[in-house]
Amino acid sequence: MAEHNGEDKSVDIRGVSKIFTLSAGDLPVLDKVDLHISSGEFISVVGSSGCGKSTFLRIISGLESATAGDVFIGGRKVDRPSVKTGVIFQESRLFPWLSVEQNIAFGIHKKVDKEGRKKLICQHVGLVGLAGFENAYPRQLSGGMRQRVSIARALINKPGVLLLDEPFGALDALTRIHMQNEVLRIWSAEKSTMVLVTHDVDEAIFLSDRIVVMSDRPGYIKNVLDVDISRPRDRSSVPFMEIRKKIYTHFFAESALSLEYYL
Amino acid sequence: MNARSKNSVKAIAIGFIMPVAFLVAWEILGRRGILNSSIFPTPSRIFTSFMDMVSRGRMQKHLLISLLRVVKGFCVGSVLGLVIGTVIGLSNAANALMSSIIGLLRPIPMVAWIPVLILWLGIDEASKVTLIAIGTFWPVLINTSRGIKNSDRKLLEVGIILEKTRLQMLAKVVLPSAFPFIFTGLRLGVGSAWTCVVTAEAIAAASGIGYLIMYARELSQPPVMFSAVMTIAVVGLILDAILLRVEKRVLRWNEPDEERG
Ligand SMILES: Nc1ncnc2c1ncn2[C@@H]1O[C@H](COP(=O)(O)OP(=O)(O)O)[C@@H](O)[C@H]1O
Ligand SMILES: [Mg+2]
Repeated sequence: MAEHNGEDKSVDIRGVSKIFTLSAGDLPVLDKVDLHISSGEFISVVGSSGCGKSTFLRIISGLESATAGDVFIGGRKVDRPSVKTGVIFQESRLFPWLSVEQNIAFGIHKKVDKEGRKKLICQHVGLVGLAGFENAYPRQLSGGMRQRVSIARALINKPGVLLLDEPFGALDALTRIHMQNEVLRIWSAEKSTMVLVTHDVDEAIFLSDRIVVMSDRPGYIKNVLDVDISRPRDRSSVPFMEIRKKIYTHFFAESALSLEYYL
Repeated sequence: MNARSKNSVKAIAIGFIMPVAFLVAWEILGRRGILNSSIFPTPSRIFTSFMDMVSRGRMQKHLLISLLRVVKGFCVGSVLGLVIGTVIGLSNAANALMSSIIGLLRPIPMVAWIPVLILWLGIDEASKVTLIAIGTFWPVLINTSRGIKNSDRKLLEVGIILEKTRLQMLAKVVLPSAFPFIFTGLRLGVGSAWTCVVTAEAIAAASGIGYLIMYARELSQPPVMFSAVMTIAVVGLILDAILLRVEKRVLRWNEPDEERG
């Protein structure tokens, strides 16, 4: 993976552990996670629910601090959130009192004049295919459209790294596939490093360069699979199905039921 | 749009049924002599006396004085309520510091403040405006701080990720998300302000709509008294309606889904 425009967008996760201290006692959530993600790489993280995937992303973003270990983005240690690391959540987290345009504009960090601001907003409204909906309010939009707005809001600062936490989990199957194509398009246009958390194995295979399989809580990296299939990928091709089978094998390694039961 | 406005006309018409039926029954009972007309003047008598006071400018004069007091007291009380409510909502320390004193002072009935305020501020405007300010202050304070405490953590995180300053967070995330609560506080505040002005004037005043009631009682003019009481009711309703209008306009985003076409 080349380093584009000289900007280092690599993510280096070194020995990250996380223990939540609850009144009932300690809850270990992540256990010594090591992972190097190259500049511009597309990584997916799959794992059963509650295994610490969101916590993992939140630590990369700086929203949560690690109990042990460090995260470096572009060689700089992460100690707080930054506009250079965009985050997209499952709930689109739009401001209900702002229109589509205003929600996207909320993302703008650097000082720009009125003209430049307008251009920037217009460009990003177009990028996520929402032209014509500039003045709509979130409650008037479908789930897919809301997620597009949140993507535009995250992209407007040109973040080097984009973290996506089950961004399409709440969408119907067809909209989800549509949004996956959009993300690929945006990824090839923006050349940012992507870290996608998903419980949809097909989504992970369709999108990513590598797939990280996490264990149950406390989460550690069970395996990292390369997806050596040229894009656009055919979900029913043989290599696609082989990778799918591999991932399911990891998931159900300890299960009493045979793999064939699930496939 | 047409269907909507038709619907709202219908709603208003339905709302009028009960009061009109009530007045008609009252009028009939009064004319038949079933209600004692010296303590229950008929609606038509009340209306005549109301129009008489309006034509001589008396009603407007008293009403205007009361409204002016309400505006002054409401402005002072709601600004204080907003500012202190915001501070309490934002800071746990301020909340801990203030909660005992608020718990102590808030249950004091407004009427109990009147002699105290007269003692401190004298019998004229200042004591009345202060009473109204206190009456407005509490609901605005409580609802503002509650709204701010309730602001969605998930939305705050969006601001944090986008490296917004504290001031930007307050102005663009925290306060807007508290708006529905703040407006509830303001509406309760207006209602309370209106009650307070009447109370204050009824106890110690030489003008205003509350004074008019007590004055009419002393002079045994039940129609005047009832005119004033009904004016109070109607003006209270109008004040609430105005605020509701403003709220709807400002909180358009908060409305339930409407048909778009
Ligand atoms: N702020 C927190 N405080 C305490 N426990 C938490 C917190 N955030 C997450 N957890 C717990 O950590 C575990 C992993 O959560 P999460 O990272 O959201 O999992 P996933 O995204 O894989 O479903 C869960 O058991 C959750 O209850
Ligand atoms: Mg999660």
